[in-house]
Amino acid sequence: MTAFIQDLVEKNHYQPTHLLHILRAVQAHYHYIPKDAIEQIARLLAISRTQIMGVIEFYSFFHLSPRGHYEILISDSITDHLLGKHELAAYLEEKLNVKLGEVRADGLVSLDNTSCTGLCDQGPAGLVNGYALSRLDKAKVDQITDLINQQTPLEGWPQALFQVDDNLIRSDLLLSAPIPAGAALQSAFNRGLKETLNELDISGLRGRGGAGFKTATKWKFCSEELNDEHIVVCNADEGEPGTFKDRVLLNSYAHQVFEGMTLCAAIIGAQKGFLYLRGEYLYLHEKLEAILAERRQAGLLGQNIVNADFNFDIEICLGAGAYICGEESALIESLEGKMGIPRNRPPYPVTHGYLGKPTVVNNVETFLAAASIAVNGGNWFANIGTDKSKGTKILSICGDCAQPGIYEYPFGTDIQTILDDCGASDVLGVQIGGPSGTFISNKEFSRLLAFEDLATGGSFIVFNQQRNILDVVNNFTHFFAHESCGFCTPCRVGTSLLKNQLDKIVDGHGSAGDVVALEELCQIVKKQSHCGLGQTAANPILTTLERYPELYQAQLKKISYEPGFDLDGALETARRLAKRDDAGAHLAQVEE
Amino acid sequence: MSKTITIDGQVIPFEEGQTIMEAATEAGVYIPHLCHHPEYTPHGSCKLCNVNVNGRTCSACTFPAMEGQQILNDAKDINEERKKITQMLFVEGNHFCPSCEKTGNCQLQAVAYHLNMLDDHFPLFYPHRELDASHAEVLIDHNRCIFCTLCVRASQQKDGKDVFAISGRGINKHLIINAESGLLKDSELEATDQAAHVCPTGAILIKRTGYQVPIGERIYDHTQIDQVSLNSENIQHDN
Repeated sequence: MTAFIQDLVEKNHYQPTHLLHILRAVQAHYHYIPKDAIEQIARLLAISRTQIMGVIEFYSFFHLSPRGHYEILISDSITDHLLGKHELAAYLEEKLNVKLGEVRADGLVSLDNTSCTGLCDQGPAGLVNGYALSRLDKAKVDQITDLINQQTPLEGWPQALFQVDDNLIRSDLLLSAPIPAGAALQSAFNRGLKETLNELDISGLRGRGGAGFKTATKWKFCSEELNDEHIVVCNADEGEPGTFKDRVLLNSYAHQVFEGMTLCAAIIGAQKGFLYLRGEYLYLHEKLEAILAERRQAGLLGQNIVNADFNFDIEICLGAGAYICGEESALIESLEGKMGIPRNRPPYPVTHGYLGKPTVVNNVETFLAAASIAVNGGNWFANIGTDKSKGTKILSICGDCAQPGIYEYPFGTDIQTILDDCGASDVLGVQIGGPSGTFISNKEFSRLLAFEDLATGGSFIVFNQQRNILDVVNNFTHFFAHESCGFCTPCRVGTSLLKNQLDKIVDGHGSAGDVVALEELCQIVKKQSHCGLGQTAANPILTTLERYPELYQAQLKKISYEPGFDLDGALETARRLAKRDDAGAHLAQVEE
Repeated sequence: MSKTITIDGQVIPFEEGQTIMEAATEAGVYIPHLCHHPEYTPHGSCKLCNVNVNGRTCSACTFPAMEGQQILNDAKDINEERKKITQMLFVEGNHFCPSCEKTGNCQLQAVAYHLNMLDDHFPLFYPHRELDASHAEVLIDHNRCIFCTLCVRASQQKDGKDVFAISGRGINKHLIINAESGLLKDSELEATDQAAHVCPTGAILIKRTGYQVPIGERIYDHTQIDQVSLNSENIQHDN
């Protein structure tokens, strides 16, 4: 082990910022992070073992105890549920002879849930040793079981298991006309960098991650910061359940995304850029590295880019299973090799970002759009959309519709048009912007896709009339409790309280005051939390409670108080010890 | 002319670079807090010091004071939510004041009294947490840890060591010790370290000093935490 770790740390140039890279490699090699490895890494990087422990226990893909040689994770997103995740998981448990959350006795295979893997248009999905498995069904599970029991190395598995399709269905302004590699940089240097920033300003482009901060303003602020180093970061940690557009952009439009980053670097004066790729997209890593290499070859990265006096390069960093790292300051912490805990602001990343340097963090789609704008000019983009939301938005549409996939729409398109296009009928409602967004009912389909009405980072999940809204809300609420970083009290404790309180109601243990208590708790979590995760964690409950109060009320028992636990169930151990099961050994939940 | 902010209608001067908490404390205005301590880098995690700044919720311990801010602090709804946050801290761990050595000297308990917290309100989690009694002079009862990180910061910033850290995610957060065994006895902690004395609750206790001051004669048995806090933090500031 000693030589393996020594070599690994050396390859990472003894940089503590590379801690996640190092731990990913150790996890892949040993299927956990051995204690001795922690001690050795701590010594070699000159950081404390507690920092390493913290990181291991923070990210879902790192483990202190061994997982299977084949580590199988099943995506637990609501979209996977709609596609039969529960039956599939039960079948996997049966075939592989291992329970969810456990490692098989022979150590060969382990099985667990994981948060949305971004294959919502081709689920139920999973991961094996980090690599995406799509469209899982019983036949594939049989095949996987054989491959595992025969101990076939992953390289020998049929490629069909790993087939991920783009499902690009509707293209508009951006996706129908990708720019040739280098075109944005040529245009920018020909026009002048200041003038190009001005075009970006005219375009009205706002951040595509969901928050909608004006891109030109962010770049301008960052460029004005006096510092010998500036940093460009592309946020490809799309973890919002139901979002998968960045997966497609990075698979088929990566040149243009990298070009957008390079353009940003030229404008703000950066020499260093990072693509923070969510761990679930490991399968894209090699391809993206190859594209970076191509760009270096073509003089579009590295020294003297497009023969201008401009040097810039991009490094890819992989996440390790933490939704919170989509928050820009948590992402920066993660890039620095730490736990993904959102920072206190101010200061903002544009002044104090990666290692304290002025940093622009933008979404994949934002960089893609910026590159197109550099070529086509600001008005080309601004002529489309609404007053406050210019251009187009790329949506990841999934759930109950005939054609799930990627759709690009001008801002201002109404929801009904989108539903018609994707073949959704008998619709109950749509979750727009993912769990942190809004649930709209079928009475609201004339509402518009726009920052001023329905803002979204891209997630668009359709539910038909057969679906139970409380199942949806329950899945989302559990998701937030699982993904809360735990830094601040209202979110750390509040999201778990929300989960328990909602479970109580959904499981039929709720009584008169319980919905009121739920709503009160929602307001505290929303108002008092440190970052966007906590501030939006109650949205699934709040947006459905507002629209379907009767659904919640119908779950309640007609008594004034109902204990939150199963009284008779709590006596089970006592009954077993006393070897009794007579009427006297049972208690009614409440006196009838 | 010095710049000012307004807290609950009271005009308060501040110096450039001060946080709202620092300006308030100097002016004798108490803002409830647990993870904040004037001698250490602000952390902003407990959220008890959340105030309303020009209509927006901000943590007073980390948010800079800026000219003209209109701040609401001692308002009924804000204190009501602070009480709920305190209740969250209580139900998350295992806090049984009557059997805790820290009772009467405990800031968590004192803040709860200050906010008129009379019950837990939320269902208790009853987490299973360990006791680390391995160290000759210092005891850690993880049941009472509220993840304020004051011991983490004190060890790093005052003691020049790095004994403590917070690990884990979400509701599974926990305090860990920098030792290969994970035990306090194998760490660099000494009973004289600041980190051993800074805990606002009874999570870190010095052994063989228990009950030397009888219950009833302890800090918060006679004085509310707002007075204690303002006095001690301003003395520290003057020094």
